[in-house]
Amino acid sequence: MDGVRLHVVTGKGGVGKTTVASALALALSRQGKRVLLAEVEGRQGISQTFDVPPLGIEEVRLVTHAGGGEVWGISVDAKAALLEYLHMFYKLGRAGGALERMGVIDFATTVAPGVRDVLLIGKVYEAVSRTTGTRRHQGPRTWDAVVLDAPPTGRITRFLNVNVQVADLAKVGPIHSQAESITRMLRDRQSVVHVVTLLEEMPVQETIDAIGELSDAGFGLGTVVVNQVREPLVDEVLLETAAEEPERVAARVRDDLAAVGVRAAAKTVSGLLGEAHDHAERVELERSLTDEVASQGLPTLTLPVLASGIEDGGIAVLADELLGQGVR
Amino acid sequence: MTARPGSTARSSRAAQAARTAPDDIGIDALLADPDTGIIVCCGAGGVGKTTTAAALGVRAAEAGRRVVVLTIDPARRLAQSLGLTELDNTPRQVTDIGAKAGGSLHAMMLDMKRTFDEVVEAHSTPEKAAQILANPFYQSVSSSFAGTQEYMAMEKLGQLRAQAEREGTWDLIVVDTPPSRSALDFLDAPKRLGSFLDGRFIRLLTAPARAGGRAYLKVFSVGATITAATVSKVLGGQLLADVQTFVAALDTMFGGFRERADVTYALLKEPATAFVVVAAPERDALREAAYFVDRLKSEGMPLAGVVVNRMQTLSAPALSGSRAAAAAEQLEDRGEDETDDDLAGLTPALLRLHADLAAVATRHDGHVRRFVAGHPGVPLSTVPASATDIHDLEGLRTVGAALAAG
Repeated sequence: MDGVRLHVVTGKGGVGKTTVASALALALSRQGKRVLLAEVEGRQGISQTFDVPPLGIEEVRLVTHAGGGEVWGISVDAKAALLEYLHMFYKLGRAGGALERMGVIDFATTVAPGVRDVLLIGKVYEAVSRTTGTRRHQGPRTWDAVVLDAPPTGRITRFLNVNVQVADLAKVGPIHSQAESITRMLRDRQSVVHVVTLLEEMPVQETIDAIGELSDAGFGLGTVVVNQVREPLVDEVLLETAAEEPERVAARVRDDLAAVGVRAAAKTVSGLLGEAHDHAERVELERSLTDEVASQGLPTLTLPVLASGIEDGGIAVLADELLGQGVR
Repeated sequence: MTARPGSTARSSRAAQAARTAPDDIGIDALLADPDTGIIVCCGAGGVGKTTTAAALGVRAAEAGRRVVVLTIDPARRLAQSLGLTELDNTPRQVTDIGAKAGGSLHAMMLDMKRTFDEVVEAHSTPEKAAQILANPFYQSVSSSFAGTQEYMAMEKLGQLRAQAEREGTWDLIVVDTPPSRSALDFLDAPKRLGSFLDGRFIRLLTAPARAGGRAYLKVFSVGATITAATVSKVLGGQLLADVQTFVAALDTMFGGFRERADVTYALLKEPATAFVVVAAPERDALREAAYFVDRLKSEGMPLAGVVVNRMQTLSAPALSGSRAAAAAEQLEDRGEDETDDDLAGLTPALLRLHADLAAVATRHDGHVRRFVAGHPGVPLSTVPASATDIHDLEGLRTVGAALAAG
């Protein structure tokens, strides 16, 4: 991931996009980078993950490391982005208010095709290309990396591609040229899309579909992040034996339990074996799904399931995992 | 995820929670009640909304209802669960379901663009329809603008309802809602579109096309003039012209849009409708569910209850997690003196697996308990996690049975 400045993180709903995006931002910051973590769907997932007050349209510092790395967060809002945009390019102080009253802002951000998405990506684009110099494009970049907690796989291609569509629709004017430069940035080698999945059938299917769509649309793919992976708890050979010789195994379990003073009702013994059976099925399914993910030919990162959830420093544990797997 | 499908065994803590928990939803009574005409499943993405909707559909059909399930999901998940190879914009019958009980099951997936096209065709003259369908602005609006999915879902629900009343095809409609960005977008969509259509901006856009020339200047203030100029400058003149043509062309049917949206909204408030909020036993999903519940309450929408999917259950509930972990440790300590046969290490491994599952079950119970405490009086049913994913009718039946069991 060397040289990547925009990390777009997508995945099916519920797979932990926000968690992974947060862990990635934290991992990058541990390398001493200044990282901006942005969400665009107003869900306040970042503020919940880092346990800070709800984020607004101002960038807020979330984490500082002794080594100089930082994570900042922002919740990008289409309406605010449009007003900021109008102000920046047209100095529309008063007219901006008039537009608001006329319902133009609502129109542009909720009804007009794709404008909302253009504005959201536009704000991300602005952050990626922002420099610390007093004039545009001068001095070092403000952010070493921007991590975008993006819309889910079902919408991601359309979301990233919206600028192409808008450039077709608005054939001239500033929106047109803005759309074109955004498209250039998104297809640039400095931008990659990471797809988060779980080892469950539908998320994996959506991951494969999204990889196909994104690469057809010309976007660079980064990694597949397999989230919430469980360590196999029971040796495979033992699981096979348990399936093949249930009676002998049950007898052994009963004896072992009795030996350490656990009152072993028949129901408990068969229950334990039932749990092992389900575990074996799950392990088998996960193995075939892992193969499917691997067949996509992208680098894979693996994050463990955290028994206590992501509360209480879970994100830091995941960031460590990512660093351990070579994320730079 | 590791409970056997169909297993209803619960951990002792869950059983304890059940005693203090609120009523379950009473799914079978809800499905059997001839007055239940619409069930809306809503919730965050990835919590099993579509599966829940499909499972409710299957169970209702097998209880003798004539059901149509409407899903709005680009991943075609319902198609997979129902073993259908293709779901288009018309309801398809799912064979072999419910015939014995006198019921039937149809399923369909919403095709946004096609629904929009149908609306245009049904409410304008052929020439006007052709003009609208060819407009570049319409083409992107109909397939991509934020809220189209939600709006068209409501439109389709209205259509299905009308068809059900007209032809007597169905007596129960189960709706799976779009994976909305924010919780109740599908409720807001009609209102938002309505208020936009009533707004001054739309009149500003249509005025020049209608009256021609600069007549609209008289109608609006100076602010409006600035606005028109600005819009033109920002969007580009050509896009504005497309928008104006589009809006003018749609103008005549907008009234109808609005009216039907209002009718559907009112329909959702009727007692014949039941909202089922779907969640998973995780912090975020339940937080979203809480938001749905509060929002439905404040809108006066009839809430049937909350379904929490994928609850970890234990097959050996009598053995506590901590006891299992302690026993595993004891066995491992002894292990070195034991003869090393092919079953060495098996029992400790099974105990550790059990302890792990018990920890997950405890966490799930805790999340649900906190939700219940915060929402007294809201019925809640849980569905045990199954070992593998659900993608066939048998799996849907199992989920349906678990839903009914509470």
